[in-house]
Amino acid sequence: MRKSRKIPEINAGSMADIAFLLLVFFLVTTTMDTDKGLRVKLPPWPDPNNPPPISTQNNRNVLEVLVNANDMLLVEGQLMDIEELTEMTKTHLTNEGRDPRFADNSQDAIVSLKNARGTSYERYLEVYNELKRAYNEVRNEYAVNKFNRDYSQLPEDDRDEVQDKYPMKISEAEPVDVGE
Amino acid sequence: MATFKKSNKKDGTAINTSALPDIVFMLLFFFMVATKMRDKDVMVKTAVPVVSEVEKVEKKSWVNFILVGPPLDASKGTAPRIQLDDKFADVDEVQDFIILRRNEFPPAIRDYLTTSIKADRTVRMGLIQDVKQELRQVNSLKLLYSANSGDVKNRR
Repeated sequence: MRKSRKIPEINAGSMADIAFLLLVFFLVTTTMDTDKGLRVKLPPWPDPNNPPPISTQNNRNVLEVLVNANDMLLVEGQLMDIEELTEMTKTHLTNEGRDPRFADNSQDAIVSLKNARGTSYERYLEVYNELKRAYNEVRNEYAVNKFNRDYSQLPEDDRDEVQDKYPMKISEAEPVDVGE
Repeated sequence: MATFKKSNKKDGTAINTSALPDIVFMLLFFFMVATKMRDKDVMVKTAVPVVSEVEKVEKKSWVNFILVGPPLDASKGTAPRIQLDDKFADVDEVQDFIILRRNEFPPAIRDYLTTSIKADRTVRMGLIQDVKQELRQVNSLKLLYSANSGDVKNRR
């Protein structure tokens, strides 16, 4: 008697189907959403034994932005449309001492953003976004002038230089306790 | 017609599909590894605002989420609530939540942990401000206001 030489082949044709089925399942359930949003650095909690020094900042270096409980925008105490905020902030940052109402130089320029407890979150972020846009645009213009490249394309060292020139100082002051 | 001669042949060469399962399995494993199933139930409405200057988080596992918004379940009222993990929480529970989370990571990367506030656009800043103050007290200073990217037409 002779054993049959042929090993019976397993039909692997449906393997691909099974794998496809699993693949589709994982494709559908995958959530690859990366979280995105406005990045903020909070000021550290003041140490009661070691209170922060009283600001010696000249008044002209601080651009005061207030969003009140009625979602109205006040810049330096004046009512303002949100469309003008970015331009105003850019003027403040790039002033370099020309206009006495705005900052001495860009390193000392601060934007102080205040809000009331009743301010809506959406409005607050909208204003924050405008301030951030002002910083990004100013940095980008500086980068294009100096290095002939967009800010996002700069190598690390040059990027640090631009950041030193225009440090993002958006101070989030304690809220004004009105209207919730 | 010489060009059509070949197709008339009865046993045209079949495409070898034996490598197909391998390719599919490779894709399958990729997605299996990359998949992170949504592990928590969202109990509050978080329609985040739209902003233009968005930044991404590098590592999602290094992010702690704080959800703020009106409860989806109408019987819980309409006032905005804070959700930590799978349950509603009060403002004073934020500190413990952050500390617990932080202790899950080795000390070297604790400074890189980010807190993401995913808040509904209708929420008032008072509540957000309270959460921020709690975060400051536990020295968790990297914060992200979760938002969708989009065009904001605030330009003249």
